[in-house]
Amino acid sequence: MSIAAERTQNPTAAKAHRRQFAFDGTRLKQPLLALVLPILLLIGWHFATSWQAYSLIPPPHQVALAFWDLAVGGIRNDFFSGTLLTHVIASVSRVYGGFFLAVVAALPLGLMIGRVPLVRQTFDPLLQIMRPIPVTAWLPLAMIIFGIGPTSAVFLVFLGAFYPILINTVFGVRSVEPRLFEAASMLGCSPSAQFTKVVLPAALPAIFTGLRLGLGFAWMIIVIGEMTGVPTGLGAIIMEARQLSRTEIVICGMIAIGVAGFISDRIVLMIGRKLLSWSPNHV
Amino acid sequence: MSEPTPPILTLNNVGKTFEMQGQRIEALHDANLEIYKGEFVCLIGASGCGKSTLLRIVAGFETATTGEVLMWNQPIKGPDPSRGMVFQDYGLFPWLTVRDNIGFGPASRGRPRREIKETVDHFVDLVGLKRFADVYPHQLSGGMKQRVAIARVLANEAEVVLMDEPFGALDAMTRERLQDELLDLWERTKLTVLFVTHSIEEAIVLSKRVIVMSAGPGRIDNDIAIDLPRPRDVSSGEFNELRRSLSTKLHSHHAKVAA
Repeated sequence: MSIAAERTQNPTAAKAHRRQFAFDGTRLKQPLLALVLPILLLIGWHFATSWQAYSLIPPPHQVALAFWDLAVGGIRNDFFSGTLLTHVIASVSRVYGGFFLAVVAALPLGLMIGRVPLVRQTFDPLLQIMRPIPVTAWLPLAMIIFGIGPTSAVFLVFLGAFYPILINTVFGVRSVEPRLFEAASMLGCSPSAQFTKVVLPAALPAIFTGLRLGLGFAWMIIVIGEMTGVPTGLGAIIMEARQLSRTEIVICGMIAIGVAGFISDRIVLMIGRKLLSWSPNHV
Repeated sequence: MSEPTPPILTLNNVGKTFEMQGQRIEALHDANLEIYKGEFVCLIGASGCGKSTLLRIVAGFETATTGEVLMWNQPIKGPDPSRGMVFQDYGLFPWLTVRDNIGFGPASRGRPRREIKETVDHFVDLVGLKRFADVYPHQLSGGMKQRVAIARVLANEAEVVLMDEPFGALDAMTRERLQDELLDLWERTKLTVLFVTHSIEEAIVLSKRVIVMSAGPGRIDNDIAIDLPRPRDVSSGEFNELRRSLSTKLHSHHAKVAA
């Protein structure tokens, strides 16, 4: 009763109070909702595998134990024990190595293709034919050219990340509103300065979309890349465990890739939000 | 010096023909016009009369097919900060704050940082956007965006302000307010304004001279001086008389085109 009276007397305070309350509610609701499906999946997985006398897919608790053993060791103390960090570091370095090479190649090329007709006419036909070739199809050639080892893996990751970055950069550069060039030129911005003052910032949202997609592809390609006979990496232990029928390790590798890919996407997203706070579509 | 002051803008037999899908379309035919410093001139006419084309030629965005356009007796060779443009769709840089949009011109012309800051502060204040100085364009209303667009050409020391239906996308209330603010700025700064509109009322409220244009091909038909005292009362008898006579002039040309 007294609270109600206070609220009517001080509407702004009441509103602020209510808003804060609603805010807390949504803040709790979102992670809870996000957990619903994984929990259902775990339950389904548990009942589908535990009630059988023999299951080719190990139940979740076995995978959890294997994950612990893979991460810190002390349970089975075998070939895989305590090696997770080594593999994660190997994969991360290849993913980011290939990804940064792709950025270095695709970004300037995309900017040029978008702005210079001569470059576009020279590169576009070849790139359009190369683009539909799946990265997996490059595997044999990569192994011949770069040999058996991490270089092939980095090359394949590079290929996977290259096209999304390139295509989105070209798109971003080509879809700059013509009005902005007119505005810049009547304000005294020279055509050469317009590249950094207008084209780059205007294309940035599309470029960022390309980077995000490229990094996602890089994580998808890494398993294929590490099938090229490298001893370390999350892709390598998945292949290794498969041959040894250690399916729980396969699943651990899959989970590790998922988590690592998710974290690296979040990092890019955070950088993007900082740089693109001006864009209504990116807030 | 007894010599008369030269016009700030001179158009001699200016024509523009576009090629569209193999067809030649004459957008502007033989336009002759002189505009003097400090004048507020409205270009009015139906769509297709070439008023926007004329403005874009003066801005330097388009080149005339025939004739010549001079500013202070020098041929116009392309866009220049001395002729600032205010677009109907604002044309603000979405990645820059209000402050940086207004400072874009001075920064492009290599002005020292301190001077830019002073200029920007002055013009942010002048258009009443102090509270919104660090906000991005997408967070502003249409009227505020247009104020930024006006401030950025003024901050860049434009001598001539070209306005292409600048208030066409705004609601009636905002439009009237911005008209008043623009007149106030014009009176205080002695700017030269060339203003395209299709509203007869807007033309009479604002201008010292109204240039009536007609279509097919676009050309200048009448050049009418508006001598009503300011501030102008849209409900007065003289205002309505002028409105009627301008309306007749515009519509008689329509009839001619249709016939």
